[in-house]
Amino acid sequence: MSDATTTPVGETRFVTARLRERPDDSWTIEGALASGAYNAFRQALTMDAESIGKEQVAASGLRGRGGAGFPTATKWSFLPPDLAPRYLVANGDEGEPSTFKDRMLVERDPHQLVEGIAIAAYSIGCHQAFVYLRGEFALGYERLMQAIKDAHARGFLGQNIQGSGFDLEIAVHRGAGAYICGEETALLESLEGERGMPRIRPPFPAIAGLYAKPTVINNVETLSTLPHIVTMGGAKYAELGVNKSTGTRIFSLSGHVKRPGNYEVELGITFRDLIFSPELGGGTPSGRPVKFFIPGGASSQWLTGSDEHLDAPLDMDFVQQTFGVMLGSGAVMVYDDTVNPVLVAWRLAKFFAHESCGKCTPCREGAGWIEKVLYRISHGQGRPGDLDLLFSVGNSISPGVLNAPFTQTTICPLGPSAVSGVASLHKYFRDEVVEMCRRGPRTIPVSAEVTR
Amino acid sequence: MTFNPTNLARALEIVAQYPRPKSAILPLAHLAQDQDGWLTPEAMREIAELVDVTPAEVLGTCSFYTMFKRTPCGTYVVSVCTNVTCLVLGGPEILEHLEDRYADDPDVHVEEVECLAACGNAPSMQVNYEFHEHLNPDLAAAIVDDYKSGELTARGVSGGRQ
Ligand SMILES: Cc1cc2nc3c(=O)[nH]c(=O)nc-3n(C[C@H](O)[C@H](O)[C@H](O)COP(=O)(O)O)c2cc1C
Ligand code: SF4
Repeated sequence: MSDATTTPVGETRFVTARLRERPDDSWTIEGALASGAYNAFRQALTMDAESIGKEQVAASGLRGRGGAGFPTATKWSFLPPDLAPRYLVANGDEGEPSTFKDRMLVERDPHQLVEGIAIAAYSIGCHQAFVYLRGEFALGYERLMQAIKDAHARGFLGQNIQGSGFDLEIAVHRGAGAYICGEETALLESLEGERGMPRIRPPFPAIAGLYAKPTVINNVETLSTLPHIVTMGGAKYAELGVNKSTGTRIFSLSGHVKRPGNYEVELGITFRDLIFSPELGGGTPSGRPVKFFIPGGASSQWLTGSDEHLDAPLDMDFVQQTFGVMLGSGAVMVYDDTVNPVLVAWRLAKFFAHESCGKCTPCREGAGWIEKVLYRISHGQGRPGDLDLLFSVGNSISPGVLNAPFTQTTICPLGPSAVSGVASLHKYFRDEVVEMCRRGPRTIPVSAEVTR
Repeated sequence: MTFNPTNLARALEIVAQYPRPKSAILPLAHLAQDQDGWLTPEAMREIAELVDVTPAEVLGTCSFYTMFKRTPCGTYVVSVCTNVTCLVLGGPEILEHLEDRYADDPDVHVEEVECLAACGNAPSMQVNYEFHEHLNPDLAAAIVDDYKSGELTARGVSGGRQ
């Protein structure tokens, strides 16, 4: 394990530029206009609508920032031509543990989001957009509603926008405390007034989404990036970043780092840069080594503080292919060597068990089972066969879970996410877990099986 | 009648912004809960009328979502995060402290919640959905007390201070 400080790598700010430059009024229409808001939208309105997606966004290589990293222009291209109405939904449900970038973007730069939505809507020919905003974001809601109102008053929303003949309305819909509603088809159910349970695909939302109409769902950060792509041109944007991970991304850095927070960095820097650079994470507060970190939100499998892992670049495909982890929602949680990884795995399992929508048996039952077994291990009551038991439950939710790419027996990826912690324990902390199980009481009263 | 006249007008506006009225169930439930402090059966019946579905459908939807309180709860909903960043930075200790302190206080409803998207300033909590970050047990209690004394107020989930 090495935690040598690196050459200072800093932020590259586009999406976070306004909110850093204007800490006192970035969310107001005055503050936003004074720093160039809606110029990109004005420019877009002079361009051929389709070419924005097909040329600029395609050339930019932009990939979704919500989790799956799907190429944005490709997603838009799946919309059947000439079918109306069609809808655009901005996904601001942000519930992935340790992700806090979308909340920041909504609270502190709502006009950039409105502008991004407007550009996307214009490009795909949509006249009614929605923002699905997490229910708990009361301040974000207030600011976003004000932003939409002010954008209307200045003629950036509504009828015949800026004399272009293009019409657009944005409605903001609030979630109510269900993580699964971040999953795009559960989100659509919730937006239709139903319980937030994922739909079986196909049909994909681009064909039959909201009210069974063609629908594009994009993450808040993805949409907030669009004004910059229009301004600088797709090709120029693609010069930033590395390989097929172009541009910048906001990483939500938390846990055992001196300077937790959101950092917008060029893709391709290493985890070591992100965690240790004095301008970014600054290393662990205790000076102790990093034991492990979760690289892409709670759904991702973990990496350790080894040189091999710390020196890996923030490249979506590289980390997926090399280590079977994902950059996901861009959340990086860092743990020093005082942390018991089983406790973290248990708390994550508890989260997934609580948030499972209950539609598929392997996820509903398996997540709860994993939680109970991890609870007893992390609370000193582990049994010798427990790691194998966990693995066997995990394997029935997500067959082949140790060897990416794995499969799933469930409707949505939440099921396999519930197994990420187990798989990570299996890969990196096997001896430690086995030792903990050995130390547990040999004879457990029968009731301990069910109490927790 | 459960929505007061102002909120009823607001409710009609909300229904009108959706292509299909049923979509308005969640926002109307937030509005009713902000008004009454919890989601009453009467409110669910009125929502059903406003969006033209049965009351059972409204209950069916609302019972999926943890933010909707279908039994009366305290005036102050204190939501403490114990997810994996708060876990190692003191969240569980705050939860325990507040649970003990307000165990017999009917005005304060302390609950454990999942990640609040405030991990950069963990540990964190919300009081009536206002964020409070960089906490420790004593500071958290002082903040709850400030709400009780009226020093701090919340804007409400459905928009616009009530
Ligand atoms: C369980 C689950 C939760 C998700 N939560 C979110 C979320 O909170 N925000 C988000 O943008 N995407 C979330 N996603 C990903 C969305 O399904 C979808 O891929 C994304 O919003 C698409 O936008 P993008 O292409 O711009 O990334 C989640 C996915 C799953 C399976
Ligand atoms: S995998 Fe889990 S969360 Fe996803 S649809 Fe199935 S039960 Fe619901």
